[in-house]
Amino acid sequence: MAKEDYKGIWVFAEQQNGKLNPTVFEILAKALELKAHTGENVTAVLLGSGVKDLAPALFAYGADSVILADDPNLAQYSARPYQQALTQLSEKYKPSILLYGATSLGRDLAPRVMVSLKTGLTADAIDLGFDQDEVFYQTTPAYGGSILAHIVILEARPQMATVRPMMFEPIQPREGADGELIIETVSVDADADYEVLATAPKQDTGDSIEGAQVIVAGGRGIKEEADLEPLKELAALLDGKLAASRPLVDNGWLAHEKQIGQSGATIKPRYIFNVAISGSVQYQVGMQNAGCVISINHTKGAPIFDISHYGAVADYKTVIPALVEEIKRRKA
Amino acid sequence: MKILVFVKQVPDTDDVKLDPKTGNIMREGVSSKLNPLDANAVEAAIQLKERYGATVCAVSMGPPQAEDVLKKALALGCDEAYLLSDRAFGGADTLATSYTLAMAAKKIGDYDLLLFGRHAVDGDTAQTGPATAAQLGIPQITLASSIDVQDGYVICDRVLEDCTQKVRAKLPALVTVTGEINTPRYAKPINIMKALKKPRFVWNAADLEADTAQTGIPGSPSSTKEVLEPPKRNANTKYFSGSAEEIASQMADMLHDEHLI
Repeated sequence: MAKEDYKGIWVFAEQQNGKLNPTVFEILAKALELKAHTGENVTAVLLGSGVKDLAPALFAYGADSVILADDPNLAQYSARPYQQALTQLSEKYKPSILLYGATSLGRDLAPRVMVSLKTGLTADAIDLGFDQDEVFYQTTPAYGGSILAHIVILEARPQMATVRPMMFEPIQPREGADGELIIETVSVDADADYEVLATAPKQDTGDSIEGAQVIVAGGRGIKEEADLEPLKELAALLDGKLAASRPLVDNGWLAHEKQIGQSGATIKPRYIFNVAISGSVQYQVGMQNAGCVISINHTKGAPIFDISHYGAVADYKTVIPALVEEIKRRKA
Repeated sequence: MKILVFVKQVPDTDDVKLDPKTGNIMREGVSSKLNPLDANAVEAAIQLKERYGATVCAVSMGPPQAEDVLKKALALGCDEAYLLSDRAFGGADTLATSYTLAMAAKKIGDYDLLLFGRHAVDGDTAQTGPATAAQLGIPQITLASSIDVQDGYVICDRVLEDCTQKVRAKLPALVTVTGEINTPRYAKPINIMKALKKPRFVWNAADLEADTAQTGIPGSPSSTKEVLEPPKRNANTKYFSGSAEEIASQMADMLHDEHLI
């Protein structure tokens, strides 16, 4: 079968407990841009049990059609039944493009579908588009984010990618939008070999960096764990949270949930202090939507300054303690 | 119990530069290391071995010098090392890599548990683990922050975006671990010496009876078309300058104007 015979842009409509993941709406918005280029329809693929009610929201946010596979064995997410269902649907309809959110679920599922469809899968794309040769590409930071790569899947279909959350703005929902709802039957086995024994909401330690208005982030330039103390103090004074770029998480000083960037969290604080962070693309994708960016780095040409509203080319070891003292003095 | 732990050699830097003439990645002078999360996977394997007894096989696909990370895995307590090395494996994407790793797992045989780090710091796809599970048709647990084995099941905690889960998968199964799962130990000098006596195997495509249409570049549907320097943005950055105290004072003025203090 020729690759030209594959048509359509699919978005995996990730849902859990009857709630769509917000990333689905972001990807639908991007899918509409791709549609404007190719003219191919946008289809949301919805798997679950008793989830038909989610279809109107998918139409409202841009889907031309929704393929619904409703099956008791899909009620709870499990990799293998979902892999089976999506593989069967893809083999039947032959979409050209199939996109997933780069969520924990999407990243659990998509590689398995890649194997059963023997196609390509780009990880954690931050952008998608068509290049001068009309080839569909996915942009990802590579090699720690010091460069961007355009990944292409030239022959195999569907062209698949997981797409990083919070990269695209959903469209304004189209009130009363309607589309074609296609009910599909899939043949999936319950996975007796995989079982979720317990689920607990995440303990809110009050320490989460997601949703924090002020973030003080430390990076590679910090060589001693003790040097983080003034950053903690600054965060506390501004009612903010301490976070880090990857090196400080890799060396175990901060938990992974404190990591900003491609392999960590994407955040939108009102203010972010970047302390001794050079600003790789890999880091920037996690914080580029912050309201006000303030950076302290001793290297004048550090890329972080290119995206900073305020900067200081200086040694954080003297500036941060001085800033802490100054704020204390003014608060007194 | 037989545990296979998959390790990758990665560049010891985040700061890779492009050759301005060729657009290729400049690798000269960049040293290599064991992918940090793979060290957590090795540690998890060794702890299970200490608790329940196991044979731990470290497996890596890469050029001949990737033997370094396998020696390290042996020094940390793995029992056997398998280097999958062949020009036919080069340039593999995650589909081709998972095929090759799965062929090696089948050749080693009788595996109960396959362990991976959550992701490698160079490619950062987090796809090779789940894809290898799919190649072998076995269940997987991704993002494990704890691991135990009981009555033929592997039981893990997973930390997800908004919840934590306790899940179990029937062996044989594949688990990818996060950095929170443990703190990797250091290799003792005596164990580094002993490691040199442990069995090490080097397998090529023929040894694996691998279909070379499914390995390396021919087996990789995806490819990199272009690499680019990140676009520069002009942010009109306002700079503070002077002594530390002067900078602090200007910053505090700005924070005051922004009503942060």
